[in-house]
Amino acid sequence: MKTRPNYLAGIGSFIWLLIVAIPLYVMLSGTFQTREEFGDNGPLSFPSSFTLQNYADAITSGFGRYFLNTVVVTVGVVAIVLLLVPPLSYAIVRSRSRAASFVFRFFLLGLAIPAQAVIVPVFYLINTVGLYDNLIGVILPTAAFALPICTLILSGTMRDITGELYEAMAMDGASPARAFFRLVLPLSKGGISTIAVFSALQAWNGFLFPLILTQSESTRVVTLGLFNFQTQYGINIPGLLAAVTLSMVPVLLVYLFARRALVQGLMGAGGK
Amino acid sequence: MTTLATRRQAGPGGSTPSRPARSGASSVGRPGFAWALPATIFFALFALVPLAAVAVLSFTSWSGLGDPEFVGLENWETLVTDPVMVKSLWLSLLFIVLGVVTQTPLSILLGVWAAGNQRNRAILSAIYFVPLLLSSAAISVLWRALLDPNFGIPGQLSWLFGDGNLLGTQSGAIGVLIFVGMWQFTPFHTLIYQGAAKGIPTVLYQAASIDGAGMVRQFFSITLPQLRNTAITSIILMVVGGLTTFETVLILTNGGPGTDTTITAFYMYQEAFQSFDFGVGSAIALVLVVVATLISLVVVKVSGYDKMNSSLEGL
Repeated sequence: MKTRPNYLAGIGSFIWLLIVAIPLYVMLSGTFQTREEFGDNGPLSFPSSFTLQNYADAITSGFGRYFLNTVVVTVGVVAIVLLLVPPLSYAIVRSRSRAASFVFRFFLLGLAIPAQAVIVPVFYLINTVGLYDNLIGVILPTAAFALPICTLILSGTMRDITGELYEAMAMDGASPARAFFRLVLPLSKGGISTIAVFSALQAWNGFLFPLILTQSESTRVVTLGLFNFQTQYGINIPGLLAAVTLSMVPVLLVYLFARRALVQGLMGAGGK
Repeated sequence: MTTLATRRQAGPGGSTPSRPARSGASSVGRPGFAWALPATIFFALFALVPLAAVAVLSFTSWSGLGDPEFVGLENWETLVTDPVMVKSLWLSLLFIVLGVVTQTPLSILLGVWAAGNQRNRAILSAIYFVPLLLSSAAISVLWRALLDPNFGIPGQLSWLFGDGNLLGTQSGAIGVLIFVGMWQFTPFHTLIYQGAAKGIPTVLYQAASIDGAGMVRQFFSITLPQLRNTAITSIILMVVGGLTTFETVLILTNGGPGTDTTITAFYMYQEAFQSFDFGVGSAIALVLVVVATLISLVVVKVSGYDKMNSSLEGL
């Protein structure tokens, strides 16, 4: 069926596109200007010269270190999520025990718990076990808070595996573990890559746990680096913009390669 | 309650065919509860036990050093008479309402439009998507720079923004926070509406256009009712998101001017981690949990979402 184009909606979407794109344009164009030029010409003008000094400044102000720390946190969080969520989702989808369905509700409930609500006890816990100002102390709660949404996504994928496939495995007399490794994991590759991208994004952009649970320069992550950079160099706008741009480069790279996994996962979140 | 009862009956009934289990073959792909245990324990340790602990801590006094000390209702008495606390709750409510009111119509319109089959959709959606990838910290720093009274956009458009110091007044600061929230989260809600709008059967539209219904009529009679469940999910996420907005407030306004943008989540942080009053901080955190739960329950009740539990099965 051919539908008429909806001009009004098209114009509306174009206006919103400008609202989204103009700040991003100012961000990028600002990073290539000197402070003086940016101040004189204003943020909306085209850069008349081209300098990479702002990026150099951002990097020498410690961003290399922050990146490394953030990579450690992200890898740690993704590793925990990938280790814990597939067996959990497998149990939720296939187990007959009442406990498993109870656990699923328990994780659904977890979706509604804001990190702020538990931050004081988590701070107490991390302090008590001596992980304060240690990246492991950031990784653990960040991973825990990524579990509910990842479980929701992956158990959705695993439900699509049909009973006949399990029966076929049963012919060979396979154990649940064998079915898990030979059948469930290979068939849920899509869902597994979605939760990997998801949890990585959450870890990379995390702010509250690093803010509360770390203190020293040597454990600072990128988001805190930005915050700190702003309080220190508040007037150096091109420098700040370069730091913001740098902070999103890895995310954009991942997005380029994993766009489908990410968009599908998000679309499914409210598609029911 | 009814769903619980039916499920309990369906449980044993549904498993009868393979009841003579344990003979090996039929138990394939029927993992025991042990498979769920590691994740459950881990989650309980960092999310659920702390949720209980925050209630206990709200009756203690703790400055971060030594052990928490039981003080009874003292923190609660402090909060009830604290004007900043009362104000922060009203501000949070205002944030939630303004957030839902600005983001919902916009994301429904954009989502429905993006679900259509117009050209360039992929490129447009890709650009819409960018704010979603940025951290709240990056977004806040970006907007703070863009709105700088001396070097930012308002200074250039003085006919629109006056002296350009948007963050210097209460209405300006709230306006900026609501706008930045909209800029950041509309893409996400657009995406979930887009997913839902794509799932609406085309037959409905075909039938409607045979009956002579125009585009506007179709939108109000078919699209909107079909998006109802998605809207509830989306609004609950907006409510919880608005209530717990934190980085944006910390970086853009630091709760100011004065306490004019000190919403409850931010006040909790100030009391606990800046004034080192973890007991009061815990009490505020508990208020936050209760308010979030209450609002979600009201939305669920008012919308009749609980009647469609069955569709949650497919999640």
